[in-house]
Amino acid sequence: MAITEQEIGVFRSIGNNDKAAIEAVYKENYSLIQHFVINNNGTEDDARDIFQEAMMVLYEKSRLPEFELTCQIRTYLYSVCRRLWLKKLQYSRRIETQVENFDKIVQVEEDMEEHDKLTRQYQTMRAAMGKIGEPCKSLIEAFYVHRKNMLEIAGFFGYTNADNAKNQKYKCLVRLKKLFFAQYKNA
Amino acid sequence: MDQLQLAEIVERYLTGEMNAEEKQAFEEMRKNNPELDQTVVEYHFFLEEMERYGQVRRFKSALYDTHHTMQESGEIKELQLKTGTRIINMWNKYRRVVAVAASIAGVTALFISGMMTLFTPKSPFRDIEELRRKVSNLEKQSSSQRAEFNKFRTKIAPGSDVKFGGTSFMIDPKGYLVTSSHVLKGAKKVYVQSIQGEDFLADIVYQDANTDIAVIKINDRDFESPKQLPYGFTRNQTDLSEAVYTLGYPKDEIVYNEGYLSAKTGLEGDTMSCQITISANPGNSGGPVFNKNGEVIGILNARQASANGVVFATKSKNIFHLVETLKEADKDINIRLRNASSIRNINRTQQVKKVQDHVYMVKVVLG
Repeated sequence: MAITEQEIGVFRSIGNNDKAAIEAVYKENYSLIQHFVINNNGTEDDARDIFQEAMMVLYEKSRLPEFELTCQIRTYLYSVCRRLWLKKLQYSRRIETQVENFDKIVQVEEDMEEHDKLTRQYQTMRAAMGKIGEPCKSLIEAFYVHRKNMLEIAGFFGYTNADNAKNQKYKCLVRLKKLFFAQYKNA
Repeated sequence: MDQLQLAEIVERYLTGEMNAEEKQAFEEMRKNNPELDQTVVEYHFFLEEMERYGQVRRFKSALYDTHHTMQESGEIKELQLKTGTRIINMWNKYRRVVAVAASIAGVTALFISGMMTLFTPKSPFRDIEELRRKVSNLEKQSSSQRAEFNKFRTKIAPGSDVKFGGTSFMIDPKGYLVTSSHVLKGAKKVYVQSIQGEDFLADIVYQDANTDIAVIKINDRDFESPKQLPYGFTRNQTDLSEAVYTLGYPKDEIVYNEGYLSAKTGLEGDTMSCQITISANPGNSGGPVFNKNGEVIGILNARQASANGVVFATKSKNIFHLVETLKEADKDINIRLRNASSIRNINRTQQVKKVQDHVYMVKVVLG
């Protein structure tokens, strides 16, 4: 089936963290993946984790301007989930790794390698964040994750003005950078 | 230039907040100062990673929200496994061959063990004591009084004789419980009593004398099944010295005890069970043995008569086996053992509070 303009639009919106697009893809595809995982020795939680990780891959791809969607989102998601689930089964050696197919698949091997690399980098930052301690953690999260501006942050953390908060943010950032590179070298 | 100022300047440079003049000056500095240049490169990478970390976190939380909303609205439902799930794996493929081989092996083993028992002298005494409890009249009275006190009328017909008691615990919220098989020996009727003192009639679903596990199902209109069990079940081997605890009914009230795993095998090297050092008494039979994460590692069933505190428990992997066998035999039986325990990270007292509602006293009326 040809890929429609609409499909490409949804795919691009995923990269912008567009709630409506996420919801649409979720609604279209979750039950397929749920059936696939549960009928192949998985649990509800496995299905959710696998699906969300595949969404993450879709998100990463969507943020790459050079990546072009060559199949339907459904096929892509299913192929990624299948690959992820096979790997997990292999890892836990729960059954012989042969799963029943629910849909057609495309090659995602290279995409997955890329995804694994990005996941490792994400985990490096997460580990560094885990070590930095409070109030730095919350402060940095407020700025980089929740996208609060310095004025809001100053109010929330009880700094007298935005400049003080900014100063504190840079102190934290310098520390986090050290932790990050220490983690990075270990990994 | 100190670290903080540097961080600020570099961030402004990288996020494009500098005006053209500033930018030019900074680039000039960068060209002439390799150390600064190196720092900028590092910051560039670090801030990109930071930015990406934030994006991923935001995306993950959007995913999580979507999942949650769809669950609330019923668009995502838990799938019930259909009967005859088509898992293609080696087991299904070769099940017949395995069954044939196993039955041949089984018959041979039975024959040999039959011969063995025939020809070996009877052992002088049994060094093992099953922990089912004989219920005295006094206890019966106090039990009914307590039930009365809690505004539950006992359902056990007056005049019927509750002879033996044990413990059981829920394995599936649909009302399936497990206990020790020997607790139900000779039972005509089985009742289970909740911690509040309410009695429920239960049916025996399956008894396996070999592993000493029995499955019973509450068959009572007054029974309200819980949404979910707080504890999970683990197939993993528990390590020596790992702390364990149990809940049971050696008396008319729930009793908590703790101990540790003292051997990975049971009496005379029995690999189906393990040995625990804990204080247990008649009535504890059929009680769950939990590890520190609140996962069931076994079912308590007997103690060594000649030693103090040596108690045996059937390993929980036997429950998994039994449930699988049951599901194969009867497609209507839909038992799902939880793997994850939701009480993993809370303290013992809180764990026990959540667990105790699912541990029942077993009352056996003999036929």
